[in-house]
Amino acid sequence: VTREESTTRWQADPEHGGQPPLLRYLDEDGELVGGEQPMSDEQALAGLRTMLTARRFDERCISLQRQGRMVTLAPGIGQEAATAGAAMALDRGTDWFVPQYREIAGQFWHGYPLKLAFLWHMGHPLGFKVPDEVRMLPFQAAIAGQLPQAAGMAWGLALKGEPSVVLAVFGEGGTSQGDFHEAANLAGVIKAPLILLCQNNNWAISTPYEKQTAATTVAQKAIAYGMPGVRADGNDLFAMYAATRTAVERARRGEGPTLIEAVTYRLGLHTTADDPTRYEPAEMHDLWVPRDPLRRLRIYLESTGALAKDGFEQLEAEVREALSAGWEEAQQEPPPDPQHYFRLVETNTSPRLERQLRALGQSHRG
Amino acid sequence: MTVVEAIREALAWEMERDDRVIMLGEDVGGSGGVFRATEGLYQRFGPGRVHDTPLAEGAIAGAATGLALAGWVPVAEIQFLGFAHNAFNQIVDQLARVRYRSCGRFGAQVTIRAPFGGGVRAPELHSDGFETHFAHAPGLKVVAPFTPADAKGLLAAAVRDPDPVLFLEPLRGYRLTKGEVPEGEHLVEIGRAKVVREGTDCTVVAWSNAVQLALLAAADAATQGISVEVVDLRTLVPIDAEALANSVAKTGRAVVLQEATLTAGFASEVVATIQEGAFYSLQAPIQRVASPDVPYPVQMLEEAYLPSIDQVLDAITATMRA
Repeated sequence: VTREESTTRWQADPEHGGQPPLLRYLDEDGELVGGEQPMSDEQALAGLRTMLTARRFDERCISLQRQGRMVTLAPGIGQEAATAGAAMALDRGTDWFVPQYREIAGQFWHGYPLKLAFLWHMGHPLGFKVPDEVRMLPFQAAIAGQLPQAAGMAWGLALKGEPSVVLAVFGEGGTSQGDFHEAANLAGVIKAPLILLCQNNNWAISTPYEKQTAATTVAQKAIAYGMPGVRADGNDLFAMYAATRTAVERARRGEGPTLIEAVTYRLGLHTTADDPTRYEPAEMHDLWVPRDPLRRLRIYLESTGALAKDGFEQLEAEVREALSAGWEEAQQEPPPDPQHYFRLVETNTSPRLERQLRALGQSHRG
Repeated sequence: MTVVEAIREALAWEMERDDRVIMLGEDVGGSGGVFRATEGLYQRFGPGRVHDTPLAEGAIAGAATGLALAGWVPVAEIQFLGFAHNAFNQIVDQLARVRYRSCGRFGAQVTIRAPFGGGVRAPELHSDGFETHFAHAPGLKVVAPFTPADAKGLLAAAVRDPDPVLFLEPLRGYRLTKGEVPEGEHLVEIGRAKVVREGTDCTVVAWSNAVQLALLAAADAATQGISVEVVDLRTLVPIDAEALANSVAKTGRAVVLQEATLTAGFASEVVATIQEGAFYSLQAPIQRVASPDVPYPVQMLEEAYLPSIDQVLDAITATMRA
């Protein structure tokens, strides 16, 4: 992909190719360009904290992985605003967050605990046990596999007369999957209170956007399913919040789903097993470094005075402390008992599985 | 009562009993399904309980999972098992793992109904016996009844099961197989095989519509002085190893009959299970009767392809000669 193409999709040009305009509040220099700040300073600072937590979490986990203390993991560095902003528009008491696996910022906001996030990257099954009070499904390895379920869930909650909205996250690679199309089509037909949030980070491992789809934007795919397709600057917390808030209101009014394309960029690795220098043009990476969502929000909040002069350093210290506490807690969790898994396959373990469990116990004793 | 009537009765009973039970699938609403298995349910329970869906098996199975997560008890119809592969990820990798993946926080009380089996002059992929593909998925029960009474009782049990069940309906037997069906509430435990004909010389194991063939072969064998016991497996997963061992311990010989293609078919699992549980009772190698390892043919070749009474009889005699 050329620098020019990447820049074109980034421009908030409403005339471009008849595409939906790119919603943007903060420009690259952290200046407010899109009208009034859509959330309070307090919320913005909380959002910044969540984004910073996710960033430092990813960095720490990569480091731990390099030390052999964690399994292969998929960081979301550079994409923190996309899912944090979206999650901020949800009501934790009624709304569901359905993840893929690169949206830890939004998950943190929605209530997924740090301890479990560390356990997840340690390969501990409890990482998948989202606490009962958190309306969230576990991580999903099958790309877009969560989407038909999210559509069904949104449908089911609406059928029960609940005011809930379901936010389902996936990447632009996921839009090539049948499950994406089947879910979007079904959600459109039944007017499910579903928000399909696509983090378009330009890369599906090494495959760039242009090789994923011939569509100029992901958002335009919404037309085929009879739902609004919205493009928002995924590196702008305010834009993501505002776009999602509109979609949430629409869903709650019973008007159905929305597809939101968060235009963002994977500044880090696909996973710790990946080496982007093999395929990522250096100039493209350089283009996106100043667009870093954390940087923009920080500059802006400092410029308005919402974030005091030493505020960011203080935030860093608090985040560091929270991460250390979460890591400590995770390390104190006992290793999983193999029995644990046998008991989770079905409610009543079958005689055959019981026999396999006994055999496992014997072989472990031997 | 026919099998399809028994299915309809079970669905209506369960919908009446538990207002969380809902139907979804292609054409299951006003039209009552292409085989009329859901006939009358839309009219009786209304559009909030019986839902026509777009033509997409993955969306049907995935939405059923999501509906269960939202607190419903969905019964999804896949029009033909031959098309269930379009939903393979959603059934095998998703639905079957909900409890496991979520570490027990969520369950998925979902029944997926799908007819299968040949001999009805259907187009390509409408007859294939793909049950073994789904029997390999931990967390998914696979049920395949033959009689109307079992269809009713096992379907009710499937709907009430807290975990996902693939309920395979005998396409050819839908209207052909008739039998008495208990009125009102009727439950048959999942995971229990049933001896449908007692015998002493050789056990023939079958499921779904192949039980019919096993019974016909057993009747023929009787005229040759061979006493055949027929075991209707009824549930593939979890398999009733005890019933298989008990029968073969008595007869000392076994033939396993399946309509699907031979290699890696569920019959192979049954053979392995029998030899694990009754090896020292065996007086002869266990025989398998199955369709050849070629894709299910178009209509004019069906009869040449499907297992025949003669093949089953030959297999029985082979065990007797050993």
